[in-house]
Amino acid sequence: MVFALAGAITYAGGYRVGVQGQRALAMGHTGVAVVNSAELGFFNPAGLVYLENQLTISAGVSAVFSEVAWQNETTGENARTDNPAGTPFYFNASYKLNDNLAVGLSVYTPYGSTVKWEDDWAGSHLTNDIELQAIYIQPLISYKIADFLSIGGGPIYVTGSVNFSRNLSRTLTDIDGNRSSVTIDASGVNEWGWSAGALFTATEDLRIGINYRSEIIMKAEDGDADFENIPNTPLAPFSDTTFNAELPLPAELTVGLSYQLNSKWLLAFDFNRAFWGVYESLDIEFANGTVSGNPRAYEDANTWRFGAQYTATDKLTLRAGYYYDDTPVQDGYFAPETPRNDSMGFTAGLSLDVTSKLAIDASFAYLRFDEVDASYDYYVDENNQTVPFGGTYKSVVFIPGIGVTYKL
Amino acid sequence: MNMRNYIKYIGILALGMVACEPEFDNPIDEQEAYNNGEADFSNYVALGNSLTAGYADNALYITGQENSYPNILAQQFAKVQETQEFRIPYMADNAGGLLAGEQQIASNRLVLETLFDENGEPVQTPKVYTGMAPTTNVLNKLTGPFNNMGVPGARSYHLLAPGYGNPAGLMEDPATANPYFVRFASSPQASVLEDAVAQQPTFFSLWIGNNDVLGYATSGGVDEAEITDPEMFTGVYTQLVSGLVQSGAEEGVLINIPDVTDVPFFTTIPNNALVLSAEQAANLTGFFQAVAGIFTQVLMQQQVPQEQAAQIASQYELTFSEGPNRFVIDVPETQTNPLGFRQMTEEELLLFTIDRTAIPTQGYGSAAVSPQVMQVLGILQQGGQPTPEQAQLVLDAVNGIDDKDALDTQEIQNIRNATAKYNETILNLAQANGLAHVDAAALLNRVATEGISFDAGMVTSTFGSGGAFSLDGIHLTPRGYALVANEIIEEINATYNSEVPTVNVGNYGTVTPSNEVGN
Repeated sequence: MVFALAGAITYAGGYRVGVQGQRALAMGHTGVAVVNSAELGFFNPAGLVYLENQLTISAGVSAVFSEVAWQNETTGENARTDNPAGTPFYFNASYKLNDNLAVGLSVYTPYGSTVKWEDDWAGSHLTNDIELQAIYIQPLISYKIADFLSIGGGPIYVTGSVNFSRNLSRTLTDIDGNRSSVTIDASGVNEWGWSAGALFTATEDLRIGINYRSEIIMKAEDGDADFENIPNTPLAPFSDTTFNAELPLPAELTVGLSYQLNSKWLLAFDFNRAFWGVYESLDIEFANGTVSGNPRAYEDANTWRFGAQYTATDKLTLRAGYYYDDTPVQDGYFAPETPRNDSMGFTAGLSLDVTSKLAIDASFAYLRFDEVDASYDYYVDENNQTVPFGGTYKSVVFIPGIGVTYKL
Repeated sequence: MNMRNYIKYIGILALGMVACEPEFDNPIDEQEAYNNGEADFSNYVALGNSLTAGYADNALYITGQENSYPNILAQQFAKVQETQEFRIPYMADNAGGLLAGEQQIASNRLVLETLFDENGEPVQTPKVYTGMAPTTNVLNKLTGPFNNMGVPGARSYHLLAPGYGNPAGLMEDPATANPYFVRFASSPQASVLEDAVAQQPTFFSLWIGNNDVLGYATSGGVDEAEITDPEMFTGVYTQLVSGLVQSGAEEGVLINIPDVTDVPFFTTIPNNALVLSAEQAANLTGFFQAVAGIFTQVLMQQQVPQEQAAQIASQYELTFSEGPNRFVIDVPETQTNPLGFRQMTEEELLLFTIDRTAIPTQGYGSAAVSPQVMQVLGILQQGGQPTPEQAQLVLDAVNGIDDKDALDTQEIQNIRNATAKYNETILNLAQANGLAHVDAAALLNRVATEGISFDAGMVTSTFGSGGAFSLDGIHLTPRGYALVANEIIEEINATYNSEVPTVNVGNYGTVTPSNEVGN
């Protein structure tokens, strides 16, 4: 499962993919203050030390089914994405060395995107398709400073890849009318980052958590740029070359709390702030010095998450949640490679203890987007004219997922 | 779980996936999204000439056909109601040339060659594409019927002519058949109208008549008989419209004839492109003074009184100044203009096909002042008397623009008169039959004078860069055809209360750059 490559649809603001634990996702992807499973390795490593068992492993995978539709009522044009199902996965292990110290290892895929429009669709001068992957690998340490306070964290190693294709302009073709296009591809892009968190146990029933994951700028160097269907003219001096580009994986701060209402009910609330402001522009610098600038002007964005857990029987736990996700995409910057507007997530799930050691975790999330009239107004054509591309967008995402929790 | 349950759950899962497709409140890909009003677009047939076929860059080729205005219309109609496939007699390639058997009978398309001069400035020239040899053999019959029946080169009356698609007619002199119609005529004896009517169209477009006057215009107005008599045009056009309407296509659109003076073929080379230095201007002025002086002598030798002779000859005392000057043009020799030349007037036009290199090298459009002529001018300057042979040498050096390379005032008037009468007929027949009428003349005039704005600037008729006209200077680019299609759609919507969506002309290309060219 871990080896299934993460191809995940953009589905939380920007290309953030909030599917880092079936238990958390079922509760609206809350978890910064929920001590539940090794999923804490992602949500708040400070909590690992509170896990009861010596070894706890949580692993899972989801299938992200997403589709975006676009239409323009003035011209009657329309298009739909044909995205392959994304498969974000996670693996979290936590090992308790003593009552005050635990170590862990987490592997997860918090960023990714696969958007595949019909070739040569009306917005193909902006995007034909994009596939973006990032796998985070993180060793962790969790330490209890006092009965009421623990901290945790660790370095993050990221390995990522990107493949992006678009047509060079709205009209440039070869002599046979085949649209001129460029595909850029970079893989094995590796960077480092870190995350750290703290968990404050106020009372026996109330925990408050905070977690911060650092920004990581993925620097693609000497990636391949492949030009196709270029007419034979010095006006289109494009030949296969290499490129450099930077893509930020923004920092994320989460604060939240969990409250054990009674023996059956646990309530949780998380607030995320994703520091998308760092994503100003996607600038692709080709080896010959030309730069393709694509302004993005994202802004920091918030997500409010609410979750509840109900222990139905000693074997069955039920969960449900809701979140509201602000988009980092601003008016006029709605590019079809990340066609994102504000969304609401409705989530549910369950855990079934198969044995005392093994539980199966399942979750289901449905993301609802309003239909939105939006445009990208910063495309500059071959004659240096700024040409907007707009229309009505409607997205739907649903995500079934399954995982296991193993305790020893 | 038994197999039946398993299948049931798979079914529920599949249903869930279907339900999760994004749906718009007003999905435009459903038939009710737009309204066809009182028109029935289900079987649309287009009649016309090269403009209807999608001809561009002096050739017909596949991508041009795909971007023809009838095909653009058909694609938009299909968004409004269920329509039949819009069939096009596609050429075999994008090279554009034609073969009749082994023999090439039409050259490849023009493309825009780009070279750089010594200063690194681009120099762009339309040239014949040589990237591939033509493969369209007109004797290879296509199996119809075809909805786009545009036949490049057709005049109004050709659409009624039986045998216009007969291969045998290609060999006659003059040819009685058209190679483009030969490709897809249903039988050797069929006429274009017959083949159109046989398809029982529910909707038609007719844009014919351009060639009825264009042939005269592009040949420089040499032979007035080249203009189809407007009364004959009215008769033919009436037959075409009633033939189509009676076949069941009660709705349709008639498109009128643009003014030739709005197309780059006639407007790209200004009539004052005779650019002179101060010295050249002085020399030319001196030359024409000499011409006037010599001609005064000639007239006096023919017993014309001196005063009258000087007056007649004075019209040849042309003066030139530094900078642009209007060309000298040949006109018929008359009693009032016995030498048969004058300077061009403001509204007169030069053809795109004029030999531009001859202007500086042979004094084309002014005078070919050879060393021998210079010698005679020298004699005159010193008060000497040249021999009659020498005098004749000077008169013969006048090198006015040939009739075939220009449209003079009278010729332009002939064209305008005919066009106006054709357009009157077209408007009358549209009104009489309740058909939509598109004023393409007004549209292209707007393109030529002020330009039409779109989401990435302006479409103008400037040659090469304006976006509306292809490299032959007469036919449109895909973007130009898209402009026409939008205008047609708007008129159709206004006439039939329909809601056909327009297209974004910015998505349509213009001229094709390529350096795969010959000399």
